[in-house]
Amino acid sequence: MIEVIVFIAASLMVIGGALGVVLRSNPVHAALSLVLTLFGVAVHFVSMEAHFLAAVQVIVYAGAIVVLFLFVIMLLGVDKVEDLRTEPMMRQRYLGPLVGVGVLGLVGTAVIVARGRTIVQSVEGLDTVGHDANVKQLARSLFSDYVFAFELTSVLLVIAVVGTVLLARRPNKGLQAAREKAGVNA
Amino acid sequence: MFALDPLLLGDVTWGDFAVVAVKVGVSFVVLLVATMFMVWFERKVIAGMQNRIGPNKAGPFGLLQTLADGTKLFFKEDLLPEKADRFVFRLAPFLSFVPAFLSFCIIPVGGDFTDGNAGKVRLFGHTTLLQVADPPIGVLLGLALSSIAVYGIMLAGWSSGSKYPLLGSVRASAQMVSYEAALGLSVATIFLLAGTMSTNGIVLGQGGLRNWNIVATGVIPFVIFMLAATAELNRPPFDLVEAEQELVGGFNTEYSSIRFALFFLAEFMNTMTMSAIIVTLFLGGPQPISIGSWTADVHLGPFTGTFWFLAKVLVFLYIYIWFRATLPRLRYDQLMDLGWKLLIPVALAWFMALAGLKVAQNAGWGGGAQALGMVVGAAVILACFGLLRMATRVSARVRAEEGAMF
Repeated sequence: MIEVIVFIAASLMVIGGALGVVLRSNPVHAALSLVLTLFGVAVHFVSMEAHFLAAVQVIVYAGAIVVLFLFVIMLLGVDKVEDLRTEPMMRQRYLGPLVGVGVLGLVGTAVIVARGRTIVQSVEGLDTVGHDANVKQLARSLFSDYVFAFELTSVLLVIAVVGTVLLARRPNKGLQAAREKAGVNA
Repeated sequence: MFALDPLLLGDVTWGDFAVVAVKVGVSFVVLLVATMFMVWFERKVIAGMQNRIGPNKAGPFGLLQTLADGTKLFFKEDLLPEKADRFVFRLAPFLSFVPAFLSFCIIPVGGDFTDGNAGKVRLFGHTTLLQVADPPIGVLLGLALSSIAVYGIMLAGWSSGSKYPLLGSVRASAQMVSYEAALGLSVATIFLLAGTMSTNGIVLGQGGLRNWNIVATGVIPFVIFMLAATAELNRPPFDLVEAEQELVGGFNTEYSSIRFALFFLAEFMNTMTMSAIIVTLFLGGPQPISIGSWTADVHLGPFTGTFWFLAKVLVFLYIYIWFRATLPRLRYDQLMDLGWKLLIPVALAWFMALAGLKVAQNAGWGGGAQALGMVVGAAVILACFGLLRMATRVSARVRAEEGAMF
């Protein structure tokens, strides 16, 4: 009974948040709706006893990534309502529904195919396997079976950071020229 | 099942439910009252350090001063700036207030950790832990909630529709997000030693002074945690969020009345919660002080642990006030340099070194091999630090050539 209530409440959060992301015209409100969605997913994780995933979901996604979104929105000052009539990329309009239908089809097919196969074989509750079973299992598979994928992901992140720095840091030519003109030794 | 407490294993009766409700109620009220006295304590101690008298009119020793101030705040006019984003402006105080309350629930405020009791006490015929909840993710819940608290400050500044609060909140969120990394890394060393994330488990592993994590992890993680926690709390010397000289009042400039009171309350409540978390993680929480076979005995029945817990927390509250009275505020670039160029690398290096040591011990290396491993590890770490220093030097020089003033 409690599971059903929690499931419905969390799902409402997820769906409401997702709708908010799409429909709100103010980017800050959209980002906040995204936080609502992430929280709903975290609640789902907790109700499936995946406590660690729930914590990471909140710490990483809600606590860092969306904060970064908001940071950029605030810093760039794009907190004005976007005019939706002028579309910078016209093709996006037509590709959007296509991608949406495609994703829906993929997920739907996956659910239908998996319906008969996800019979729970033997799941042990946290009261039998102990407090930290979640973390230990995750760590074991991350650092043994999937260690290459894991390391490659971190390399990807480093590349992204280095690339961003490279793109963002241009030598300030104008200032240098001005100083040389003024006769200041750099 | 959402958390592990001996009370809630098996059938949950109305009695068990009542115990949980009492725990929640008591911690709510105690936290509010304690916040009130914390404000008084801070003002009184600061006054003492500055050769003033401090609040002394309301009640004995001015104890009720906060109550008077609070009542006044509640009856003031609640202003809403014209340019404010109404919904977010109203939401923000709660985003900072609610996490402040919630994060206290993971702290074991007492309990009997001797003789394999694992923190359980018997109260009114029920065996329970003296903490509101003991979730398996333990300390991570505290970290998650402190990352939610960022939203409160950030949105408060943005939704005010005014530039000084916005600047204050942008600073604050950058500061809090940066220092969360150092905070997390120093907590990770404790997970490494304790082998668990549950606060109850962490306290349980700290019997005797030698096993207190402040000693067992080698002090450095404690120092890093202390610094990062101070920055996370936006307390002096890291209180750039409300640098009055530059930002009028910081993110809460436009707030008044009860909404301002909520921010104020959350700030002091976070200070207490953070002190409690430090005590839990590094100083054995409710464990008594014991060196070797000698134990400082205090007999208070089921509340012996609570006595030790409160005594240790008070020390840290005093230290935070002491910081405020002693240290001048950092400049913003100094703050960021300290976080990114010093605390995070040191925390990471220390974590790696401890992990290496742990692996060596688990693999059954001899003393000589362990020492050799330590030397090699130290050499690698030193080389990395050298590289990092070179990198920061080069970038500082390049910046200077391009005309930056800092």
